[in-house]
Amino acid sequence: MEPIINVHSLSKSFGEVQAVRGVTFSVSRGELFGFLGPNGAGKTTTINMLTGLARPDRGSISIAGIDCPRNPKAAQHLMGIVPDESNLYPELTGFQNLSFCGALYGMKKTERVERARELLERFGLTEAADRKFAGYSKGMKRKLTIAAGIIHSPEILFLDEPTSGIDVASARQLRRLIAELNQAGTTIFLTTHYIEEAERLCSRIAFIVSGGIRTIDTVEHLMSGYEDRQIMHFEVSSVDDTLCAELGTEFPRFDCRTDSRNRICIESSETIAVGQIVRFFEDRGIDIYEARKIRPSLEDVFVQVTGIEAGAMHEVQEKSRQR
Amino acid sequence: MKQWIAFWNILTKDMRSYYLKPPNISWGLVFPLAWTAAFFVRSGSGLESVSSILPGVMGVSVLFGTTSMLAVTVTFEKKGRSFERLLLAPISLELLMLAKTAGAILFGTANAFVPVLIASFITDLGGVRWGSLVPVVTLIAVSSTFLGLFIAVSVSEVFEAQTFSNFFRFPMIFLCGLFVPVAALPIWLRPLSYALPLTYGADILHRSISGSGTMPTALNFAALSAFCVLLFAVSLRNIRRYWIL
Ligand SMILES: Nc1ncnc2c1ncn2[C@@H]1O[C@H](COP(=O)(O)OP(=O)(O)O)[C@@H](O)[C@H]1O
Ligand SMILES: [Mg+2]
Repeated sequence: MEPIINVHSLSKSFGEVQAVRGVTFSVSRGELFGFLGPNGAGKTTTINMLTGLARPDRGSISIAGIDCPRNPKAAQHLMGIVPDESNLYPELTGFQNLSFCGALYGMKKTERVERARELLERFGLTEAADRKFAGYSKGMKRKLTIAAGIIHSPEILFLDEPTSGIDVASARQLRRLIAELNQAGTTIFLTTHYIEEAERLCSRIAFIVSGGIRTIDTVEHLMSGYEDRQIMHFEVSSVDDTLCAELGTEFPRFDCRTDSRNRICIESSETIAVGQIVRFFEDRGIDIYEARKIRPSLEDVFVQVTGIEAGAMHEVQEKSRQR
Repeated sequence: MKQWIAFWNILTKDMRSYYLKPPNISWGLVFPLAWTAAFFVRSGSGLESVSSILPGVMGVSVLFGTTSMLAVTVTFEKKGRSFERLLLAPISLELLMLAKTAGAILFGTANAFVPVLIASFITDLGGVRWGSLVPVVTLIAVSSTFLGLFIAVSVSEVFEAQTFSNFFRFPMIFLCGLFVPVAALPIWLRPLSYALPLTYGADILHRSISGSGTMPTALNFAALSAFCVLLFAVSLRNIRRYWIL
């Protein structure tokens, strides 16, 4: 498939902070491409540069053959943009908001009304259509913001953390809608810090950390080579860094790490002999509450590639949920 | 064509959301009335002086009906991030900002004719030169709106925009020859007067209503137009520079 988004060596700094460092990637027509990374990784800054809300310091962006930094207005009619915050007009109703957004893209009135009704129906917001946006719940706001982003049936949809900070049921519904949109042919560029979300939705994923892309590949390719990797999790009574180090010296063929919750994760390309490990803990007076063999997931790949503990990502998730 | 659909809807949304709200409308009516009354009481003069204070009251009405409106339509929407939608829409920044300011221009112009309407009941406006009065009121509304725009894009908080517009418009009432002729000001203040667009507009207002202007009308119109172009251009440059990161 021909690429519809082509980005080369894109960089952007804010004063001392290098938000995006030499990012290169392309997205094919019809693809659902994911940017996965923790808070502050540079995901929003990248979207802003792609959509014309920020100017790159260096690098090139071409969308459907249009040189975006030079001519952002020419490419904007192809794009639907859903920001990380629900930024519709609080004083307008759901319906008025959609109709207004359609008008911004030059849609005629009859066309806007029809499309707005259709989207309200599809997002389960028909009942709330004539209520003010200000009174919507977080999940409803998110849904309407996404509906507003696709009112003009854009070829490319940018979704910045679409499910962040909303309830589980709404998030699940949104993921289904996103998948449907993609199946209907919309190219989607999605950012997220939820590993499972990226794994479930995206055909290709870029891991982005501190403004740089660590790897880009399909979920299958990222997982291959991990399929036969052995992973075990031990829930124990107490954990500290020295314990991990000791475990490492005792079993040099194992990768040992710990996350914040009394858990030790052991990875190896060979079979992990549970008996030896149990004895190791017993010798040190540590109780084992649970030992589990884990099917490798994208999370393990992410940790391996980026060196970021999954725990750190979860913390980020918790924080943004609380907000 | 598509851009004009966007233009029209941005304008009508602002009209409905901000300008045509009851408090705003009553403010537009009450304010000129209060100013007129205050000047009658102060000067103790009779109805025959209406035509001498009408230009000032009109100028003040426009000034107060326009400058601070941009604090809402621009600064407030920028802060709530809905302004990003407009920046991301396929509409040129020039047309977008015209749409965002057109409401204030129309509202300010309409405000200016409230005192004219009142005056028409109490005095004879037969000598008024409408051919220059209508365009100058519009042009004053444009320049005051663009001054408000310049302020609105230079700050990030709504209260700052409102404070700054007061910082400009209260001195302007006295510096621009609305009620006190510029010639009556201390000489060291006069350069300041001529650095303000309203001075040129006020002069045309006086000439159109009572024939008492001091500068050539063509020069006044040229100066006022130049201020409009300059303020709009600088505001757009600031948006491009500071809002598109
Ligand atoms: N307008 C800005 N001014 C200064 N720093 C910024 C600005 N926007 C983003 N940054 C910084 O750039 C980095 C990347 O931010 P961002 O792109 O928002 O990350 P993400 O969306 O992945 O959470 C962060 O360190 C952030 O603090
Ligand atoms: Mg972000």
